[in-house]
Amino acid sequence: MTPGDVTRFCFRAMTGYPLRTSLMLLAMAIGVAAVVLLTALGEGARRYVAQQFTSLGTHLLIVLPGRSETVGGPPPLMGETPRDLTVDDAMALVRSSAIRRVAPIMVGSAPVSRSGRSRDVIVMGSTASLYRVRNLAMARGRFLPDGEVDRADAVVVLGHTLKNELFGNEPAVGGFVRIGQRRFRVIGELARQGESLGLDMGDIAIIPVASAQALYNRASLFRILVQASGREAVARAEQAILDIIRERHDGEDDVTVITQDAMLATFDRIFQALTLAVAGIAGISLAVAGILIMNVMLIAVSQRTGEIGLLKAVGAPGGQILRLFLAEAAMLSILGAAAGLLLAAAGQLGLSRLFPDFPVAVPVWAPIAAVGVAIGTGLLFGVLPARRAARMDPVAALSRR
Amino acid sequence: MIHLEVIERVFQVGDEWVHALRQVSLHVARGEYLSIMGPSGSGKSTLLNIIGLLDRPDKGSYRLEDRDITDLSDRQQAALRRHKIGFIFQFFHLIPRLTAAENVELPLTLAGIVPAERKQRVAVALERLGLADRARHRPDQLSGGQRQRVAIARATIMRPALVLADEPTGNLDRASGQDVIDTIEALNGEGITVVMVTHDPELGRRTRRQVQMMDGRIVQDTGAAHDTR
Ligand SMILES: Nc1ncnc2c1ncn2[C@@H]1O[C@H](COP(=O)(O)OP(=O)(O)O)[C@@H](O)[C@H]1O
Ligand SMILES: [Mg+2]
Repeated sequence: MTPGDVTRFCFRAMTGYPLRTSLMLLAMAIGVAAVVLLTALGEGARRYVAQQFTSLGTHLLIVLPGRSETVGGPPPLMGETPRDLTVDDAMALVRSSAIRRVAPIMVGSAPVSRSGRSRDVIVMGSTASLYRVRNLAMARGRFLPDGEVDRADAVVVLGHTLKNELFGNEPAVGGFVRIGQRRFRVIGELARQGESLGLDMGDIAIIPVASAQALYNRASLFRILVQASGREAVARAEQAILDIIRERHDGEDDVTVITQDAMLATFDRIFQALTLAVAGIAGISLAVAGILIMNVMLIAVSQRTGEIGLLKAVGAPGGQILRLFLAEAAMLSILGAAAGLLLAAAGQLGLSRLFPDFPVAVPVWAPIAAVGVAIGTGLLFGVLPARRAARMDPVAALSRR
Repeated sequence: MIHLEVIERVFQVGDEWVHALRQVSLHVARGEYLSIMGPSGSGKSTLLNIIGLLDRPDKGSYRLEDRDITDLSDRQQAALRRHKIGFIFQFFHLIPRLTAAENVELPLTLAGIVPAERKQRVAVALERLGLADRARHRPDQLSGGQRQRVAIARATIMRPALVLADEPTGNLDRASGQDVIDTIEALNGEGITVVMVTHDPELGRRTRRQVQMMDGRIVQDTGAAHDTR
């Protein structure tokens, strides 16, 4: 029998029993679609997080005051408190060639008001560098001016939401707001950017770091954001930060440096594991589909006992009957898998319509693995029924009508 | 052509042993037309299945066209069935989802004959059996006599040397039965050896040679004399 003959014979057998065929196709299709869609969701979540991290800025390092607990070391004997991070510490970092930009960050909460309207928001003190370091974008006006970091200019950049609260539809740039006891001139308005890592960049006011020091009446920084001069410079930058700060803090390692890449890599691993886990769980549904195929093929073999007896009588050897039934199981799996891919594509389209911001993405390996597993289980679970058919005694098979 | 020597066939049913064939020896020459008769359960079908290589004897030897069959492999037996033997059954055994033409084509497909030749041979066979206009009908759209003629077309499409029929008219009315017998006799007229199991003494009388069975033994054989070896 040529492959064409086998295909035609199996196809006729499949269309001859439409109910069982469609049941098996459905089971396979659901299994394959589940694998593809769940991995797409996992991969989408991974990309979403990666996207969030890159929107923070590129080659970013974060310097926090205090030594991270996880770094270890015995607790200090004399209730030693970490030295504060200062603006001078921040500015000293620029001297490393591995570091391109440095943005000191001071954070506090203060009422921001204008003509009777007032809002308690996060007022952040920083420098012009923050714009580049954090990948910010302006809707109107400009960001904090370059210049001496110790100049306490009374200028402010407003987040999108805050501007709307205070100014409504009126133009804000050129207007004035009151922060604490001082009047600040609005020089710019941030573009809408949404939340990033828990900090709502819409509901925020950004002022020069010296003005923030005056406002909060303290010198210590919340953290320092550092942009390395390139991807390969991140490790050197980390070392440089530790060295410079140690030198300035009398030999004490009292800061923690977190690199964006390390955080990203951690999340990446977590999400990859998660994706594989859900793919595995969905894979179970493929195994279930395989068992269903086995049962239905067993029923088919006993339904078609007379036919098998006849095939033997007209001279089909057992091996050929085995191949016919295996081919039928394989065809069911392949068609089911194809239907599953279509179903998955439809589901993916639906998901991307429902959640346009979520990057639903099917990793290349997912459909390949799903179809492979589908055909594999189909064949595996097809073997038992096919062998039963091949070994049937022709006389007994023919005597059953 | 067929040489059976002291064949025994025993079935185990529960704790009991049923001797379906006892000491059966039968020699059939090429071109013979032979009927096997006897009461139900006397071993007629078992004998026919052994002749047709669907079953193996427990004891005795079987030579078909001078080849010892007893120790052929399954594959070799299947090949012999494919090329040398055609079966006709009481209940036709057509595949219900296939058309008449496809049912007739099946042995050719299994034998790996190319589609063009298959189509042509099927058309000729159906034409000869007066089924040309039924080629595209499925078995459930055919009468009993037509179904059996489709089965005969299938049994002879490989041009076998031997046709085995197990009560071919057992499930047909008289007229269609007569039709089928005429067709089978025409095959024999072309030189095909025909062994037919039948219940019907009238049909049996039409054959040149009759074998009577009883309790797994051959009790009478009108032609045994002229072909002892
Ligand atoms: N597969 C089998 N298992 C058990 N007994 C069988 C089997 N085939 C036939 N027999 C027994 O062998 C005897 C002969 O059967 P069979 O050849 O079918 O008779 P006939 O065709 O003459 O009616 C019967 O007693 C029957 O019950
Ligand atoms: Mg019988």
